[in-house]
Amino acid sequence: MTMNDIIVKTITRIVLPFAQLYGVFVILNGHISPGGGFAGGAILGTTLILYTLVFGRKKGSKKFSHRASEIAESGGIMLFILIGLIGLMLGGSFLTNLDAGFPAGELGSILSGGMIPLLMIAIGIKVTSTMINLFNLLIDEGVHS
Amino acid sequence: MRAKLTDIVFVIVFVVLVIGVMNMPTDATTAAPAYNDIINHYLEQGADETNAVNIVAAILTDYRGFDTLGETIVLFTSVVAVSSVLRSARHDWKFDDDE
Amino acid sequence: MVVLNVIIVVFLIVCAVAIGKIKDLIGAVILFSAYSLMMSVLWLILNTPDVAITEASIGAGVTSILFFAVISKTRRHES
Repeated sequence: MTMNDIIVKTITRIVLPFAQLYGVFVILNGHISPGGGFAGGAILGTTLILYTLVFGRKKGSKKFSHRASEIAESGGIMLFILIGLIGLMLGGSFLTNLDAGFPAGELGSILSGGMIPLLMIAIGIKVTSTMINLFNLLIDEGVHS
Repeated sequence: MRAKLTDIVFVIVFVVLVIGVMNMPTDATTAAPAYNDIINHYLEQGADETNAVNIVAAILTDYRGFDTLGETIVLFTSVVAVSSVLRSARHDWKFDDDE
Repeated sequence: MVVLNVIIVVFLIVCAVAIGKIKDLIGAVILFSAYSLMMSVLWLILNTPDVAITEASIGAGVTSILFFAVISKTRRHES
């Protein structure tokens, strides 16, 4: 399942880094501008799906293997729960933010909001791997590899 | 016959939905059922309590963080369900002897 | 602004009815994608840019890709 169109390949090579950069921007700026973990993760996952569609399953799995997506899948949730447990230990209840001693930072800058950017990164990792994982599972179905 | 029945159901649902929308409160009234004091609390103290500018992100991950954890687990469950159904068609791993 | 709202809502209703009526599944997915894109414009008019971004990326992007992946494994036309 590879596309042999030179136009599609060239345009994908040009556009892909910018789309991925935009996805990372949306995730990291989730507490300042509209967006957040779900939207940015979906954008990042879509870029990975585009790479797999254009350059084939083999090259795609070389960039982001099934094993890596499984680890990211569980790692996102584990990171989320870990941050929540830090809040539980230091602040008294699950997912406590500023009372648990997360650094508040300067209002409006990228390093602000305590644990909110960390949670956004966790959700972003989770959603990205979910998208590419679902796509790979649906494409691979019935293929003896 | 079935297509006609579907059309009739479509029309009935459309009429019910339009009546529902007509009875909805208009934009930004305080008479809406969803309006209560918690909105004022979020808007006035949200920036102080969470130190995040985007109040939507603050509500999503701070005030309602546990709900977001639930949403993430829903996504995880969907992937587990798809892989448990579809990966069984692939013969790329060995089954244990005791099965 | 009211005129734009009415145009978008009428487009959404037409799309939603057409998705139920069409026999070609790929056409249905493309219609669903157009529906999602218009819906994200409507979210933007309603001052919710967060939902608009999520709808445009998940509704119009990922969902249709997953539907295409499923349709490529089955039949294209509804019998």
